[in-house]
Amino acid sequence: MQSTTLILLLGFFSIGAFYLGRGHSLSLVGGPGKGMALHSLPGYYGYFVAIWVVLPALTLLLGWVLIEPKIVTALVVSGLPDSYQSLSAGELNLLVNNIRNLASGDVVSIAIDENLRGAADSFNDYLAKSRQLLAVLVIGLAALGGAFAWRKIHPDLRARNKVEGVVRWALIGASSIAVFTTIGIVLSVLFEALMFFQKVPATEFLFGTTWSPQTAIRADQVGSSGSFGAVPLFAGTMLITGIAMFVSVPVGLMTAIYLAEYSTSRIRGIAKPLLEILAGIPTVVYGFFAALTVAPWVRKAGESAGFEVASESALAAGLVMGIMIIPLVSSLTDDAINAVPASMRDGALGLGSTRSETMTKVIIPAALPGIVGGILLAVSRAIGETMIVVMAAGLAANLTANPFEAVTTVTVQIVTLLVGDQEFDSAKTLAAFALGLMLFVVTLILNVIGLHVVRKYREQYE
Amino acid sequence: MSTELTTRQKVEAGLARRRRKEFTFRLVGMFATAVGILFLVIFFATLLGKGSSAFSQTFLQLNVEFNEDVLAPNGELDLIYADFDGLIRTALLNELPDVSGRGERRELYRLVSIGAGYQIQEMIAQNSELMGTTQSIWVPVSANVDMLMKGNIDASLDESLRPLSDWQIGWINKLDQAGRLDKKFNTALFTNGDSREPELAGIKGATMGSFFMLVVTIALSFPIGVAAAIYLEEFAPKNRWSDLIEVNINNLAAVPSIVFGLLGLAVFINWMALPRSAPLVGGLVLTLLTLPVIIIASRAAIKAVPPSIREAALGLGASQMQVVFHHVLPLAMPGMLTGAIIGMSRALGESAPLLMIGMIAFVVDVPGSFTDPSTALPVQIYLWADSPERAFAERTSAAIIVLLGFLLLMNLTAVIIRKRMERKW
Amino acid sequence: MVAIEQDRKVTQLKTAAMTETTDTPTEHHVDLAVPGYHGQEVELGRETVGNVRCDNAFMVAENVNVYYGDNHAIRDVTLEIGKKQVVALIGPSGCGKSTFLRCLNRMNDTIETARVTGNILLDGTDIYSKQQDPVALRARVGIVFQKPNPFPKSIYDNVAYGPRIHGLAGDRSELDGIVHSSLERAGLLKEVKDRLEEPGTSLSGGQQQRLCIARTIAVNPEVILMDEPCSALDPIATARIEDLMDELCEDYAIVIVTHSMQQAARVSRRVAYFHLGYLVEVDDTDKVFTNPQHKLTEDYITGRIG
Repeated sequence: MQSTTLILLLGFFSIGAFYLGRGHSLSLVGGPGKGMALHSLPGYYGYFVAIWVVLPALTLLLGWVLIEPKIVTALVVSGLPDSYQSLSAGELNLLVNNIRNLASGDVVSIAIDENLRGAADSFNDYLAKSRQLLAVLVIGLAALGGAFAWRKIHPDLRARNKVEGVVRWALIGASSIAVFTTIGIVLSVLFEALMFFQKVPATEFLFGTTWSPQTAIRADQVGSSGSFGAVPLFAGTMLITGIAMFVSVPVGLMTAIYLAEYSTSRIRGIAKPLLEILAGIPTVVYGFFAALTVAPWVRKAGESAGFEVASESALAAGLVMGIMIIPLVSSLTDDAINAVPASMRDGALGLGSTRSETMTKVIIPAALPGIVGGILLAVSRAIGETMIVVMAAGLAANLTANPFEAVTTVTVQIVTLLVGDQEFDSAKTLAAFALGLMLFVVTLILNVIGLHVVRKYREQYE
Repeated sequence: MSTELTTRQKVEAGLARRRRKEFTFRLVGMFATAVGILFLVIFFATLLGKGSSAFSQTFLQLNVEFNEDVLAPNGELDLIYADFDGLIRTALLNELPDVSGRGERRELYRLVSIGAGYQIQEMIAQNSELMGTTQSIWVPVSANVDMLMKGNIDASLDESLRPLSDWQIGWINKLDQAGRLDKKFNTALFTNGDSREPELAGIKGATMGSFFMLVVTIALSFPIGVAAAIYLEEFAPKNRWSDLIEVNINNLAAVPSIVFGLLGLAVFINWMALPRSAPLVGGLVLTLLTLPVIIIASRAAIKAVPPSIREAALGLGASQMQVVFHHVLPLAMPGMLTGAIIGMSRALGESAPLLMIGMIAFVVDVPGSFTDPSTALPVQIYLWADSPERAFAERTSAAIIVLLGFLLLMNLTAVIIRKRMERKW
Repeated sequence: MVAIEQDRKVTQLKTAAMTETTDTPTEHHVDLAVPGYHGQEVELGRETVGNVRCDNAFMVAENVNVYYGDNHAIRDVTLEIGKKQVVALIGPSGCGKSTFLRCLNRMNDTIETARVTGNILLDGTDIYSKQQDPVALRARVGIVFQKPNPFPKSIYDNVAYGPRIHGLAGDRSELDGIVHSSLERAGLLKEVKDRLEEPGTSLSGGQQQRLCIARTIAVNPEVILMDEPCSALDPIATARIEDLMDELCEDYAIVIVTHSMQQAARVSRRVAYFHLGYLVEVDDTDKVFTNPQHKLTEDYITGRIG
């Protein structure tokens, strides 16, 4: 039986259990009119039974589905002839994948022999048995839970408190998912990165200046080692981020100032939603625009000015990324400006400041912490931005500060290393996770500082 | 004292300079505001200019004979191995009888899309009575012919610089003059999956992939996000754990999306052994990605419910849980829905994490379930943007227009919900 | 007066959404009955009771009307303010006294929907004329606000702010001189002499308000407007500010908005009583407080307003 069918079945059970439980509680006190004799509203007794029917069974189901593939695979592998047992982990992994594909009727990458066919059959066999067992167990557990709850129902049972307790735990669980996500990110990235650092020393990764991750497939090939000096990547990321900030910070800042201080409310009413549209455009669309429109334009403009411009120049990617970040900078600046009390503005104007003097000499200095915090968040956004650079920045790991040359970034390399065929546990694949770790750590630091500064700053004027 | 300037004179002496500064500052501000808006205008103009032509497609009218000898070589209709393309070729040769020689003929055949054969196959499969008849049907031309008809290929260039030969252009002109070529609405764009042939490539597969993903995402992230927001706003004690959760959520909202992709790859695919390229996994990753957005929006919505309502309900003897589920939640629902829709529109436009979990595969079939391999709309845009063919550039713009249309629709819905259900306290 | 009425200038401050207002010329010239205190209707004459004129008038407001969008906030107010004189504006909340005060140095310009009609003359020139730069005007007519609002800068920079933007000091020593003398005259120098580089926000509320006064007089204005300068302060700080006003009126014309009748009696030479946008009564302070002419004024100062 499919697990989705089982889940649906459990859903039906729970509805039935609700009505049964409610009816039972009422019948205990003598009918629907006598509900007042119960500790809780009758519905809560229904929920109580339903929870007992669903919760244990669902837990079992999810746990089973999670560990099932591992157990079935282990069983299949142990049933293979000895010659396969001695394979290396990687080869075995490939073999298992093929058996799985064969079992589900997909394309298989190696020759099919009798052993393989047998393994696939036994794979399907085990799977079917496992599913049968699971269905029996789940339905049994649901019935058992229901029966248990049924017997517990008593007019004095504090059903509402019990149900609310379960709901409360569910709420806590939901709010903890955010924490588990972070832990998941840290662990998944960290483990793979540590494996990478066993193959490539961390010092080479952090300080090496040559990046060419193409490891050879055969060990005897020339240049098989690959080199993983990530400095060109960091430099490229910084170059593009720098260009993006060079565009977005002044423009975003001045936009926010203009809209807050000078524009009429009608212009503000038009300009703000337009900027929000700019913020809502997917990054892949920016990437397309950067690669197909801006890059050729930059190239033409640069060449007519006598520069040699690569077709995938850092400038094009940086410019478009800068435009993408303008709304972020301007909205965070706007928040910061609005947090400055109006009395500051009155005070400055009352002394005879012009509006620009009020802004540059009083409001902006007062709002500076908030603005700086916002800019940190914008930098973090630029560093982590992927699609624009993937589409417009290219793969050449040049160590250069020339915005007309092609550079590559951390995110581009992560995508390149992980997209397409990959052998797991190779240095090349693991390098992506090491880069991911760097990316996560750097943006996390920027975010923590930025968010902290912004919050502290808001509290200052509250 | 007479040489000393009075305060008033000093102030007035500086006024002109200060007014100029003020003017410049204001001008710079105006210019900055214009930059963003100007980009938006250029962007939409380019997009519409490039993409609108993809919504139409050139078709060629052919008189195809459903020849029994070809379709049923063994006396019975053979839907798999019959030479459907042969029927098209014959029809083409009938149209241009003076084409001779193998080379010339091969070039002639290239004018028509390989989709034409499938069209014949489908027609005969649906209606076997067509056997033996001759039908006048419109078949799609190849992408290059389409591009020529749309003026994207310059026929005056040297033969070596364009993808169509002089012969081919001659035949196209001939067919065009005979009224055999016509532009029709490009339904293939909306009904087909991806294809190597631009004229057959459509966004249905990607759209369905995105749809399945969003279903998973909304089904998980909305209840979880609302539950988390309820807990944090209404129940959480002020302690370290809630502080940690709070900081965590704010930070997660700013973590680069590609990192979520790495998480998905490591946890869902490598550890849990969920299938690659599946909307299910994509949906899970997007759930984690949008969760912070939804939590933050939902918390704001809950905060906006005035405490007096809670106090009134508590005063009537409701439990805290009842207060929340009977009073606070319904009142905060519009704000939460708005937040959820905005979260979904962010998820719909997201592509970087999907590349990590293999949703970048070339998938021809339209996915029919949560575990079928598929791509997503933004990823399809990325894939097409990478293709060198001119015809794909046009389709990329069209796909972008469709994507932006969806996003606009979602945001409009959010605005309408906010306006309709807005409450003034 | 009629002549002024006819060529009254309409000063449109910002061209924003509020172009439509019901500015019929007759509207505020008819005698109106307004609700008085305790519900009884009190006849409110179009003419202000008492004496709106004064000797050596320095600032003259003639028939001033202020609108916030459709809201008619100040109705046809005429008032003269003399040199070296403290004029107190009193009246219940929302009567328009702060609005009127803010007209005197065009602080209302900063409110998008505000519109002022009528004439306000400073030393004979119309401050709402096209030629008048509000920046230069505000250097001549300084303002101190209700809540102390020192900039988040050092004490020194707070006081030096005005002279700097207006270019009043040629060099650093001159600037030092202005800062010191301003702090001295604001009675703050002794307390902050050794901590000029500390942020202005580190001072106590009363000190902050005196800093704001020092900041205002550093520009050497001719008129100082004070919008309830003591309402956020304790009695001791209030007393110091009142003493300060006594000293300052040797040099400046001062217009003060206050909710405290005691304060008005203590510091002002003349008192103007506002009610619902009308200027009801103006006269010498002793006269108003001992023998108010208008029923509304009497109700207000005898505390019948509760």
